[in-house]
Amino acid sequence: MATTEALPHDATAEDHDHGDHPAFLAHHFDTPEQQFDSGKLGIWLFLVTEVMMFSGLFCAYAIYRAMRPEVFVGSSVFLNTQLGAVNTGVLLFSSLTMAWAVRCAQLEQHRMLVGMLGATLGCASLFLGVKSIEYSHKMDLGLLPAGFYSYDPHAVHHHEGLSPFLIWMAAPFAIATIGLLVWYVIAKVRKNAFQSLVAGPLLAAGLSFFAGVGLGMLLESGESTEGVEHVSESAEESLAEIGPLVGEEEGIHRQDPVEPTGVEPIDAADAENEPAVARATGVVGQLAQQETNSGVRQQLLAEERQAEMASGRITTSAEDVTGPVGELVQAIDTPRLGGVFFSIYYCITGLHAFHILVGMGFLTWLIVRAARREFESNYFGPVDYVGLYWHIVDLIWIYVFPLLYLIR
Amino acid sequence: MSNHATPQETTVAHDHAAGDHGHGAHGHGAHGHGAHGHGGRPGWDFAHPFPVWGLVAVFISLLFLTVITVAQASLELGGWDVLLSMLIATIKASLVVLFFMHLAFDKPFNAIVFVSALFFVALFIGGTLSDSRLYSDVLEPQYDEAPAELTE
Repeated sequence: MATTEALPHDATAEDHDHGDHPAFLAHHFDTPEQQFDSGKLGIWLFLVTEVMMFSGLFCAYAIYRAMRPEVFVGSSVFLNTQLGAVNTGVLLFSSLTMAWAVRCAQLEQHRMLVGMLGATLGCASLFLGVKSIEYSHKMDLGLLPAGFYSYDPHAVHHHEGLSPFLIWMAAPFAIATIGLLVWYVIAKVRKNAFQSLVAGPLLAAGLSFFAGVGLGMLLESGESTEGVEHVSESAEESLAEIGPLVGEEEGIHRQDPVEPTGVEPIDAADAENEPAVARATGVVGQLAQQETNSGVRQQLLAEERQAEMASGRITTSAEDVTGPVGELVQAIDTPRLGGVFFSIYYCITGLHAFHILVGMGFLTWLIVRAARREFESNYFGPVDYVGLYWHIVDLIWIYVFPLLYLIR
Repeated sequence: MSNHATPQETTVAHDHAAGDHGHGAHGHGAHGHGAHGHGGRPGWDFAHPFPVWGLVAVFISLLFLTVITVAQASLELGGWDVLLSMLIATIKASLVVLFFMHLAFDKPFNAIVFVSALFFVALFIGGTLSDSRLYSDVLEPQYDEAPAELTE
């Protein structure tokens, strides 16, 4: 279209390019606004695909939660609401600084733009630091996706020193931070204003990852000093009531409002047969825990237990027609179901964390360009587009937080 | 010549482009912006910085709603707590979309694109949930099958 328009003025085409088309305006756009709107429509279409991608995971969540609400209630006690809430606040603040950065770009406040982008990047890094504590803590406990799920409430969960998972997650950030520190010092020594303007925010962001790790450790250890280290207080109460049993599935029964009367007899009977239960669940191998017993003995005990259940010694809820068998299998299945919950948890939060990482890449790119003062009142599109992406990541977290952390 | 002709040509090209884009929102919005552009040139100086107090107010509202949603999670509301927390989340999401993402002041076409996405998400999740009971036995093995596994 530009060609047909420009044909009569072909002689002045070069003039036109230099006079009316500043460097930031691509030659196929007539005005900066047209360029901005085109890019913005493109970003909105991309955000739509992002929403669609996440909606698949939310769909899996909805199906499994509708099918087994008690698994979600039981499993979500392992998620630390404090950490989730802190991360929500951090992301909301990063959204504020990002929206402010767009304003700075529009008003050509160049240094403040670098500062706002740096603050956003720092918040992203802080978020991932807290997340790494959440992830490594769960991985230490064996709260892993289905197939790897190996949580054992009997195991002692006191880990000496740092979790290997945490070390693996923090290592890239540690290396990057050291590299940025070296770069920053060199830039300062050489008095390279541009490089120190870029390296400063990046270094601060690298350090805020470790601030997030520290904050996460603080909040996580606040809970762990209170005895049963990995579960929240409600779960502790349930464990105290039930006795030294497989905490998770029993917690589920307790919290199931449909069968309040069925709970106590189970608990009583289970408390008597506590070792048998542990061995019986072990025979199926679903708890994936090493038992001290030989395999033959395990099988004997399992059959013994099954016979007990079949004899009706352990009562179950009236809603379940196949009562005893169903109860037994449910107990055995729960690690697998817990695994399904944690599969969904890791997929949603992992994909979200991946988006944070990608966003950090974009923010770094913006910081470099902002330090070069490339943005102005007619060209702030890239800042706005990355901002839109960043806000959609925040938006998804706004839904993830209540759906995963606030289940009761 | 170029000094004189260029603004005129830009205007013509701009109108042409607005029609060419195929969505009325662009043309309409562009003219609206052009009318009160600071430089007077249509398609230039179109930025409308959002005031700082507005950004901070949205942020504080978001924090406040976060506190509310954490607080409501400890209330006994039965089956309503999911709906309530989703309602609060949707209010928060609307604040982010309307103000942080500027959709309230944006070209309407962007809003149509985004809202249509939400419509398809609702269709997707609603449709999938509506018949999930029919195949839940495939996802979750029936209880009757398990004893065979036990007695092996």
